[in-house]
Amino acid sequence: MFGNLVGMRRAGVLGLNCRNSEYTLKYNQRRFYPLVDDKVLCKRRLQERGLAVPALIALVEFNRQASHLDELLGDHTEFVIKPAHGSGGNGILVISDRRAGYFVDSDSNLVLPEDLAHHLTNVIGGLYSLGGQPDVAMIESLVHFDPLFAGLTYHGVPDIRLIVYRGYPVMAMTRLPTRMSHGKANLHQGAIGAGIDLASGATFGGVSGNRLVSTHPDTGQPIAGFHVPHWSLIVSMAAQCYEAVELGYLGVDIVLDRDLGPLILELNARPGLNIQLANRRGLRSNLDAVDALETHHETPEERVEWSRRTFGHHPAGSRHNP
Amino acid sequence: MTRNRQWIALSLTLLLLGGLLMAYKAIWLGFPLMPDESSEQWIVQARLELEPLEGPVRADLLLPARTSGFIVSAENFISRGFGLTLEDELFRREANWAIRRLREPKTLYYRATVIPDTRERRIADTPGFPSPPVLEEPWAGALEDLVADVRAESADVESFAAEVLDRLNSASPDENVSLFMAGADSPLKRAHLAQTLLAGARIPTLLVHGITLQKDVQRAALQTLLAVHNGDDWLLFDPQTGHQGRPPNFLIWYRGDGELATITGARLANLQISVKRRVVSSLDLATQRTELKDSMIGRISVLQLPVQTQSVYEVLLLVPFGILAIVILRNFIGFSSFGTFAPVLIALAFRETELFKGILLFLLIVSLGLIFRFYMERLRLLLVPRLAAVVTIVVLLMTAISIVSDRIGVETGLSVSLFPMVIISMVIERMSIVWEERGATTSIREGIGTLAIASLAYLIMSMDVLSYWVTVFPEANLVVLGVIIAIGRYTGFRLSELSRFRQLAKPGEGP
Repeated sequence: MFGNLVGMRRAGVLGLNCRNSEYTLKYNQRRFYPLVDDKVLCKRRLQERGLAVPALIALVEFNRQASHLDELLGDHTEFVIKPAHGSGGNGILVISDRRAGYFVDSDSNLVLPEDLAHHLTNVIGGLYSLGGQPDVAMIESLVHFDPLFAGLTYHGVPDIRLIVYRGYPVMAMTRLPTRMSHGKANLHQGAIGAGIDLASGATFGGVSGNRLVSTHPDTGQPIAGFHVPHWSLIVSMAAQCYEAVELGYLGVDIVLDRDLGPLILELNARPGLNIQLANRRGLRSNLDAVDALETHHETPEERVEWSRRTFGHHPAGSRHNP
Repeated sequence: MTRNRQWIALSLTLLLLGGLLMAYKAIWLGFPLMPDESSEQWIVQARLELEPLEGPVRADLLLPARTSGFIVSAENFISRGFGLTLEDELFRREANWAIRRLREPKTLYYRATVIPDTRERRIADTPGFPSPPVLEEPWAGALEDLVADVRAESADVESFAAEVLDRLNSASPDENVSLFMAGADSPLKRAHLAQTLLAGARIPTLLVHGITLQKDVQRAALQTLLAVHNGDDWLLFDPQTGHQGRPPNFLIWYRGDGELATITGARLANLQISVKRRVVSSLDLATQRTELKDSMIGRISVLQLPVQTQSVYEVLLLVPFGILAIVILRNFIGFSSFGTFAPVLIALAFRETELFKGILLFLLIVSLGLIFRFYMERLRLLLVPRLAAVVTIVVLLMTAISIVSDRIGVETGLSVSLFPMVIISMVIERMSIVWEERGATTSIREGIGTLAIASLAYLIMSMDVLSYWVTVFPEANLVVLGVIIAIGRYTGFRLSELSRFRQLAKPGEGP
């Protein structure tokens, strides 16, 4: 096991202790945390900057509102309920259809209006918020993922995670839901992670847990060599988030909507380290390359240009999408 | 100093400060490092039997003063009917008993408790040079020859004195020595003789009288040592053997040429010094010593608090050690548990119930609580009232367990009242949520993790040595703080990450 230590050092793997003390504690100032920890605030901030986000249908702040679902929802039949201060994907309920007396969630389970109202009161009560403070429930419009991804996902929306360090995108991956992850794009629940080449937007091979996977277990499609559509726009949006929230070590989650294109789903001030597994390489060298820059570029465009040139891989034999 | 390096200075300062305070108490004040260490103390008793003669009676007894290697920690005088005054000087202490009329034989007692001390102290003040003794011939000439002889064979005061004593104790003394030896038949006279000879070389000397503290002695003999001043310090010699240094367990009683007891108006029928050894805990002894030395640092100890408060602080001072264990488990190993410090609180509860019973109770309450919690999920209660309901149910469960176990005659249940019920309720709530969101396996695994960490914290916090340490050396927590601060700047991998990222350690597999 300690042989790993030397190898991991050499590979520039970033550990949690190091991420916390050298990066998040150093570059993420406390006063900017509310901008990402409060998803409502974050959404407004991003919208002000002209960055696309999923539309907000309603905010539920009081238990009383929870029992008036019809007023809240209007004629929306598909939506997502999220705690504004949630973390790690907890407390997110995805409703994909609405019938006369009930709702249907993303796993095609029946959800009664009472269940929905109860979930809302739990969220408001602070069950999923950091530290258990009373919270606000957000009702967002549901993202319809780009059909190009259809072969790479099972019952859920794949998302794209980028680490933006001091404004420079340094690493990217996509998280592909599987049957095992219950349609959730969460790597420790069994979703597949696949690194993305910053330069071309092409995926590398996938990783499930610690295993290499070349095809999606539920659809049988090859994972490597898929070209993420709108890649330039995605990287550029991620880089612009730095100006929006001023956090030096930032995780940006983006989804591709069929009609609306890339939407920023949420920002994360303490992004996880699994992206290293998905990319099969450590983060340190890329972070060090940014630190080694003598003068930092002014505009997001310049930073993106530099990042894609510096961190791109251009693997041979990649498969191009039309 | 940059802010990045400050933690090193802070951490080292704390480690050093805590370490030094502990070392001071352990070495200087003799606080034992382990519990149940015992040391010796002696009860020394002088017994004076007086038989009345004429007129008012006065009895003077020299008392142990400024005892090197020992401290007199307590003294008693038993002398009914007598008036008692004490003369208290640095190197000479005396008890004066007096009575106007003594009708019948009377016994006076002086009793002292003597404890060992770590410090050797000066025997007497720096003396002046003695004038050479005025002697008649042939002694004057013999002394001159002897001094010249010895001086030729010695280098300094120490070797000079040793040589003189060597010649006095020789089996075949030369003629100069023999001349002096005539009539010097008792050890005391021999010592006086040595003084005279050393005065011939103008070396200051002093007689030091004392007893050897042994196990139990009914009649301890006063021994006389010869103290020789070498210009800096007093050196002790045994005039009979010529050995240098204070003999082991030698308690210096008084100095000079006087008698131990001086009586007027009565006859001293018997003067008896007895010694009794007692084995006491080193801790008690160190505490006594602290009092006697009036050491401020020695008083930084929970032992100075009232007993009820002591036991509270004993527990409180252990908490940082449990927390240190959690810090290590989380930041070095990579464990996760329900609640950051909840395991420590559960471990504190285990202290009351003992580990095995504690784990059983914890499992029982948590699993029963979970069942209720799952039922309440159906009622769709609001969050805060639901948490309150869980707390109430936990309290009721604990009461029920207490009552049932009392009926059965098992004592376990009664200590359950100290279980941290709010913490347990939170554990139940978190477990039930993880259960629903991530499945039963994850939930039970994390629950067991919490229990394992709590057990480990308990094992650490229930170490006898540790709870002894924190009461006697509360500054040990400064060391803990220093370690915690240092860990706070540890940026290396966690043990769990070595396995999590093991694929990345293999070269050549990256994209």
